[in-house]
Amino acid sequence: MTDTAELLETVYTPDSQMRSPGLLLRAMVRDVWASRELSWRLFVRDVSAQYRQSLLGVLWAFVPPIVTSIIFIVLQSRRVVDFGETPISYPVYVLVGNILWQLFTESLNAPLKSVTAAKSLLVKINFPREALIVSAVYLVLFNLGIKLIVIAVIFVIFGVPLSWGLLLAPIAILMLMMLGIGLGLLLTPIGMLYTDVATSLPIIVSLAFFVTPVVYTPPQSFPFSLIAIVNPVSPLLIAARDLLTQGIVENIVPFAVVSVLTILLTLVAWVIYRVALPIIIERMSA
Amino acid sequence: MSDTLVTVEHVSKKFTRDLKRSLWYGVKDVASELAGRGGARDALRKDEFWAVRDVSLEVKRGETLGLIGHNGAGKTTLLRMLNGLIKPDLGRITARGRMQALIALGAGFNPVLTGRENVYVNASVLGIAKNEIDRRFDEIVAFSGIEEFIDMPVQSYSSGMTVRLGFSVAAHLEPDVLLVDEVLAVGDLAFRTKCQVRIQDLKEMGVAIILVSHNLHTISHVCTRAVTFEKGQVIYEGDTEEAIDAYRASLVDGDESLVDVLRAGTGEIRIAGLDVLNEQGVAQESFEVGEPAILRFHYEAEKPVKNPVFNVTMHILNSHQVTGIRTDVDGVQLGMLEGKGYVDLMIPHLNLLPNIFTLDAVIFHDDGYTFYDRVNRIGHLKVRGGHLINGTAYLPHGWEMGTAVPTNLPTL
Repeated sequence: MTDTAELLETVYTPDSQMRSPGLLLRAMVRDVWASRELSWRLFVRDVSAQYRQSLLGVLWAFVPPIVTSIIFIVLQSRRVVDFGETPISYPVYVLVGNILWQLFTESLNAPLKSVTAAKSLLVKINFPREALIVSAVYLVLFNLGIKLIVIAVIFVIFGVPLSWGLLLAPIAILMLMMLGIGLGLLLTPIGMLYTDVATSLPIIVSLAFFVTPVVYTPPQSFPFSLIAIVNPVSPLLIAARDLLTQGIVENIVPFAVVSVLTILLTLVAWVIYRVALPIIIERMSA
Repeated sequence: MSDTLVTVEHVSKKFTRDLKRSLWYGVKDVASELAGRGGARDALRKDEFWAVRDVSLEVKRGETLGLIGHNGAGKTTLLRMLNGLIKPDLGRITARGRMQALIALGAGFNPVLTGRENVYVNASVLGIAKNEIDRRFDEIVAFSGIEEFIDMPVQSYSSGMTVRLGFSVAAHLEPDVLLVDEVLAVGDLAFRTKCQVRIQDLKEMGVAIILVSHNLHTISHVCTRAVTFEKGQVIYEGDTEEAIDAYRASLVDGDESLVDVLRAGTGEIRIAGLDVLNEQGVAQESFEVGEPAILRFHYEAEKPVKNPVFNVTMHILNSHQVTGIRTDVDGVQLGMLEGKGYVDLMIPHLNLLPNIFTLDAVIFHDDGYTFYDRVNRIGHLKVRGGHLINGTAYLPHGWEMGTAVPTNLPTL
């Protein structure tokens, strides 16, 4: 037992945390650091529970994008639809595209899912709230590992040549993931109050799939060319796929711009999450 | 500053009655918080009420403060603010040192995982480091008393076992300030005793404890001081027994609304009132242990009623029944009753320990089953005295001494 005078003092007042940004930032960094063990524990808990109750386990991490891809490969090969000339063989293009798209949607859903699942904890226990987000990131990374193995297998099967540019692919992949997490985190506070968010997300995601060049090449003619510019997912997904399959980034500018915005978005979403949470918890039953 | 670990200054908290509006206020509050306009909010918006109003407290090292009050009196809300889960709307809370809460037992348990795995998750959620748990794992499991099941999934545990395991982890917290909400009420008697011993240990280690419980025995055993809440406000602060008395008094006064709701019966004869009288037939509210008392039933019969059965039951503060007394059980026939009158129940000795006892009165048909009339909480009486002994019944007794070893005891 330490002397009373040396104890850390915590103060709770009605004042907005935004009034003292320095304190807020320090608290954010401190809590992420403090939550490292808890977030790992929560991640291990979720993964073990998930696989213990599943026969096919790891398959679910990559079967959905492969099924979607097969549909498009069949459509393309029968010339039911024409997705234009792809720079690499269409099956590789669409498989990698779908796996990356799945990474994005998983990242997008992860924060709200994780926080909602922990509702009963949040209303009763004061633990670093960042732990829920970090553990969600771990889960996405874990699934990403499985996805990368699948991509490697696809590369072997289709004999995709490897290039030095491949070494840069992780940057683009992580940016794509961060965009998903950032957007998801931004939606989390409102999504905890209103179920509308969780209900509408799958609909929005399935629409977004068609305005993102996942299964087709980015259109060049106006207005469809906007897809690759206005939709922030496009530059990141295209860059990640290009780096993986060809080792090059065709349009570095949109990629760089979106990357910077993604980092900013994630920081802003984090601040909002942190500031909003105590207010939201008071609106939920204990 | 001296040894004060928790200071609560003029803290208030609003809640909203309507869920939809509450959520919308949530959105607005988040927006103003983000805009940095948060701050004190003294005005109530539509559908809002004060769940906690202008509460000030202090808790020092080694003190155990009990919070008592009706359901919804604001105890838990205050505890949640202390724990930093929600922000106060007005006022200021200062806490020094590591604050931990014993509120949700088994928090973060996943039913599919084993007890062993869940111990680690739960400990992490509560902020106990892994190496700490590694070191004390055996101790924790031994404390819970479920060693043989520790590698089984928690979903196959009984609810009691889950709670035991949860408490065992939580009991190994080493805070400076500990918040406890009603968790001591769970588990069997032996386990509850263990929990109380653990609290006692923490107290001796100098931990400041804030305890919410409806179990007044726990409060009077464990707490050094208590606060009584009513409708979000502190109505008494100080001596534990005085606080319990204040709570009891507020129970007797409040809840009048229930009386009419619970009134029932066929109504040919009605209870017009119940007087609590002393030996001289003078109304009296509080009695000494063992003093005589008279309970006088006033009745009004619209038409002649044959052999009605009068019954009075006595409860401790609306909770468990202490006793019930009936004319039919006692073999008393009241004959035909008509018009207004009264029936006296003579009690030569109120052999009850100090407490407040509420009285329910019933008049049954002569089948002893159908109600003519029933009035819950028609009155109450108070038994005065010191608070040296817990319990309900006072057994008249004496003591004797001898030197010979008694021979009728079984040898061990």
